Amino acid sequence: MSVLELANISKHFGAIQAVNDVSFSLEAGEVVGLMGDNGAGKSTLVKMIAGNFRPSHGTIHLEGKELVMHKPADARQHGIEIVHQDLALCNNLTAAANVYLGRELRRGIGPFRILDYAAMYRRAGQLFAELKSETRPRDLVKQMSGGQRQAVAIARTMLSQAKIVLMDEPTAAISVRQVAEVLNLIRHLRDQGIAVVLISHRMPDVFDVADRVIVMRRGRKVADKKIASSSPEEVTGLITGAIEQVA
Amino acid sequence: MAVTLDQTIAQKQHTFLSRLFSNQTFWVVIAVILACLFLSFATDSFATSKNLFNITRNVTFVAIVALGMTFVIITGGIDLSVGSVLCLCSMVLAVTMHAGYSIEIGILAAIVTALAIGAFNGVLIAYVGFPPFVVTLGMLSVARSLAMVASNNTVVFQFGPDHQKLLALGGGAWLFGIANPVLYMIILALITGFILRWTKFGRHIFAIGGNEHAATLTGVPVKQIKVAVYMISALSAGLAGIIQTGWLGAVTTNLGTGMELQVIAATVIGGANLAGGVGTALGAIVGAALIEVIRNSLGLLGINAFWQGTFIGGAIILAVLFDRIRNFRRSD
Repeated sequence: MSVLELANISKHFGAIQAVNDVSFSLEAGEVVGLMGDNGAGKSTLVKMIAGNFRPSHGTIHLEGKELVMHKPADARQHGIEIVHQDLALCNNLTAAANVYLGRELRRGIGPFRILDYAAMYRRAGQLFAELKSETRPRDLVKQMSGGQRQAVAIARTMLSQAKIVLMDEPTAAISVRQVAEVLNLIRHLRDQGIAVVLISHRMPDVFDVADRVIVMRRGRKVADKKIASSSPEEVTGLITGAIEQVA
Repeated sequence: MAVTLDQTIAQKQHTFLSRLFSNQTFWVVIAVILACLFLSFATDSFATSKNLFNITRNVTFVAIVALGMTFVIITGGIDLSVGSVLCLCSMVLAVTMHAGYSIEIGILAAIVTALAIGAFNGVLIAYVGFPPFVVTLGMLSVARSLAMVASNNTVVFQFGPDHQKLLALGGGAWLFGIANPVLYMIILALITGFILRWTKFGRHIFAIGGNEHAATLTGVPVKQIKVAVYMISALSAGLAGIIQTGWLGAVTTNLGTGMELQVIAATVIGGANLAGGVGTALGAIVGAALIEVIRNSLGLLGINAFWQGTFIGGAIILAVLFDRIRNFRRSD
């Protein structure tokens, strides 16, 4: 059974049809590259999965159950996590504080509860170790490299038992070495049975890490292929419209 | 020897000392101590109990308001209305008690006034999206004017049946001969420090100042927290007003005029960053202390009082300069 199943999803904003009749499914432990030009509807699609928008038509099923979400917190509660393009990190806080932002651990009784620094440092350290990232929980995010910052944002998705992680352009603005680091982080998520949707403009990254590629153009899904049976040239053609559609 | 990943992750990069030395508040404390030592030797009148009593008392009112301001400044906001709110709350207390009500009702009325003003500021800023500067600048004018309306611009110095209780509250020394306002300041500073360091609310305040958008995306209730910090700021001004009323034994409508600048200066000298994300309770107190010591010393050293503004302004610029220099070094 697939983890996530989108059936005939459409979204329009007034007269603008941002996403038009898109269906696809996502298996556990699968990395799917979502590609398309600016305005192709990738972000809108992902925002519907993340609970930011409600679809105008169509249904989303999570593990066979229909999912109706009103706000991003609903998605999170169902195990759908998102890594935002700007990572949504606070530079003035430590790595551990950023990982736990919005769901801080506390200890104490009833209303007298204080932040549990020790537990948060410990757990954040474990997550970084799992991700094989040299990130120290006590360091301020301000002082970190692009790869470490990605690790902090990704560790956040691993706090709860995430089933699906949506990543919006994680490799857009970082150095070559850090890109390799981030792709490794994605593989670690996959190895834990998490389904990853990778939105990217960078062909090499998608062909490096993804199992499948979905291409969108002007709101429609124009391709959904195994990476092994596709090629960068074909995908480029699909994105630009040189190739109309493939099965 | 190979360093494993776990060792790297477990490593603490900063020792206690390196953290201390990179801390602006620490250097301000040193400055205050050095200034006090210097003045004790340079003048006969500094280290007298009367003068020290004077200093601590003068520090407290600015310091208490600065504690509330610290919350606002950490979120990246500013509250210019505190001086006027202090005056209005004093006046509400004074007028209520003058009309024959008990001290409890007077204090309650003053606190409710403060919270209402804070909530008004906060809602306009958080929900309607006003810039904090504009809303609180408007409130600076409104609150002072309301204080004049409430008292018909007279001096109130008779506080009805609980007159003596009020004077004891502000002017007494209930514990080891320490002036009451100083006690209140210490208690409020401890509460502030605790909230900032140990509560979820405190953590979220820092997150909002660091990256408000990120805080929103991660599910921090940004709007509610913003309203809360402006209420805390107004509350601290109100409490300072209540205490100051008891201390002075009279309220005029020019009480707290220009105080917002002293308060903001104290917070910034103590290490808070007006861009948000940084600030401590201790910083607010030592910032207020440094300003007061500078002011006091100028008087004792026989320097013309007109120079006060220059020295205090210089201290503000110097404090921020040190912060800049540290940042330059870091970015190199």
